[in-house]
Amino acid sequence: MVEAEHLSVGYGDSVVLENLDFSVPRGDVFAILGGSGSGKSTLLRALIGLEEPLRGTIRIAGEALAREGPPAYGVLFQSGALFGSMTLAENVTLPLAKWTTLDRHAIDAIVRSKLRLVGLEGFENHLPAEISGGMKKRAGIARALALDPSLLFLDEPSAGLDPVTSAELDDLIVTLNTSLGMTTVLVTHELRSIFAIVKHCIMVDGRTRTIIARGDPAALRDQSADPQVRAFFNPQSRAA
Amino acid sequence: MTDHCEPGFRVERIELQDGRAELRFGGQLRFRQCFASWQSVRRLVRPPAAHLAFDLSGVDTLDGAATALLLDLRDEVLAAGSTAEIVGAHGGVRAMLDLYGSHPPRPSLHAPPARIGILDQIGRETLTLVRESRGLDFIGDVVVAVAKAIRAPGFVNWRELPRLMERAGADSLPIVLVINFLVGLVTAFQAAIQLKQFGANIFVADLVGLSVTRELAPLMTAIIVAGRSGAAFSAELGTMRVSEEIDALRTLGLDPYGFLVFPRVITLLLVLPLLTILADVIGIAGGILVAMLGLDITANAYLIETQKAVGLWDVFSGCLKTVFFGLSIALIACQRGLAAGGGAEGVGRATTSAVVTSLFAIVVVDAIFTVLFNAFGL
Repeated sequence: MVEAEHLSVGYGDSVVLENLDFSVPRGDVFAILGGSGSGKSTLLRALIGLEEPLRGTIRIAGEALAREGPPAYGVLFQSGALFGSMTLAENVTLPLAKWTTLDRHAIDAIVRSKLRLVGLEGFENHLPAEISGGMKKRAGIARALALDPSLLFLDEPSAGLDPVTSAELDDLIVTLNTSLGMTTVLVTHELRSIFAIVKHCIMVDGRTRTIIARGDPAALRDQSADPQVRAFFNPQSRAA
Repeated sequence: MTDHCEPGFRVERIELQDGRAELRFGGQLRFRQCFASWQSVRRLVRPPAAHLAFDLSGVDTLDGAATALLLDLRDEVLAAGSTAEIVGAHGGVRAMLDLYGSHPPRPSLHAPPARIGILDQIGRETLTLVRESRGLDFIGDVVVAVAKAIRAPGFVNWRELPRLMERAGADSLPIVLVINFLVGLVTAFQAAIQLKQFGANIFVADLVGLSVTRELAPLMTAIIVAGRSGAAFSAELGTMRVSEEIDALRTLGLDPYGFLVFPRVITLLLVLPLLTILADVIGIAGGILVAMLGLDITANAYLIETQKAVGLWDVFSGCLKTVFFGLSIALIACQRGLAAGGGAEGVGRATTSAVVTSLFAIVVVDAIFTVLFNAFGL
């Protein structure tokens, strides 16, 4: 679903990660892992077209990233990034109004169903400032799903959430993956989420600027010989 | 033996054999109690002893800042060439010392930045400033977006216009009217003082009419709009940028220029001339008030004189300038907002910069128009 070949990302002359090769199978829940400052967010920004790769190619569903036209994927940003002057319904309406020729009635029906899907029925007319952090993320997912993409990118979905809300969000991601077959690529630090929902992952390292591990998170935790990988997956052993 | 007592804690110096000495602390060694008298405690390490022991066996409580002061004092003694040690600590006091002083140094996760010279630093900062302001990128993006908007007018978020026009126009009307009324009034007063000497009272109407319509009303209105709407645009877009809303727009396939920048530019292009016409009227009204109260000129006579002096071109030329003022204010504010970075502080910087640059641009544009109008005899 997502293929990166010889991909180098960074800003200007500064290379953050280089010569990365990886692919995300269709229907996977795939995580980009790494310590703070390792470049995983930069990689995500390149994958969603917000930063031009320094070198290499990114393909989504076999095609190069399009700069024009309706997006081929949905994105949930770390803060939710809802438009503060718009209600939740207006936020979800925005991509539908832009990229479809549906009438108002049809758009409203879709918006209601998307908000119901993420558990926000009845909050259509609330402004982002009036809801909690977890609800903002849910609304962000509803907006990302507005155009029914088959690929969803999530940037730190659990960041700043309490464990219960975080687990609820994980459940939602798993539901979207199993029920809709949606491919999900996420950047996260949350070990509980990683082991609960992620099928495959890569771990990037800012010092070597490369992928230092890839595979099933549980297998990496138990079998990796790399001390950095082991420390990431077993922080309690490091503390001890 | 030298004693030092403070409420809550005490310390005494005890001289031992062979040039050895001991500082014996007791009580609760808390920062709040000990920092005020720490200079006195420091004096107890003098005269230097061959070996100085800090005995904490009598200390019940030790807090973080007091630990730091204590360790610093020990290091000072060591640096002076004596030997020193902390003894007798127990329980929580021992734990606090271990926490602050006994663990091995923890290496930073990142390599420390290399030291760079001041010239190098100035160069780097200048390059960063140029890169971050993205002025040329912005102009290029605006040109491309204008072409898109001409090809497809739906590219512009027209639905935002009424809300923006209300905020930039209707909401700023009271302050625009008050300021311009006062400007007309003050101008008339100043003119009256001079013209009265020559018995040319009626020419106050000419002076006020021309200066208000050609210069003062457009300029004052633009300054108010720059301070109000320019700052608001910049802060709004800056906040959207730092909270990833601009990125979200892009990932939804929406162009920030069509969605955010153009509605704001169009708003000021429409609103500023309208506000200026109203400012012209209220500025002249300020002049009438002074003429009626201070110069014994009737409102009718004042208006007839104004009509003779002020032509349609005078009003139009003022409004024409405001179109360019509006364009400058909106583009500068949006550019600064879209280039904001670094959280709340970055938004504040962008807003300040937007207002200052807009004011500068207004004066420059006004000067250019004045020169052009003079050159062409307009």
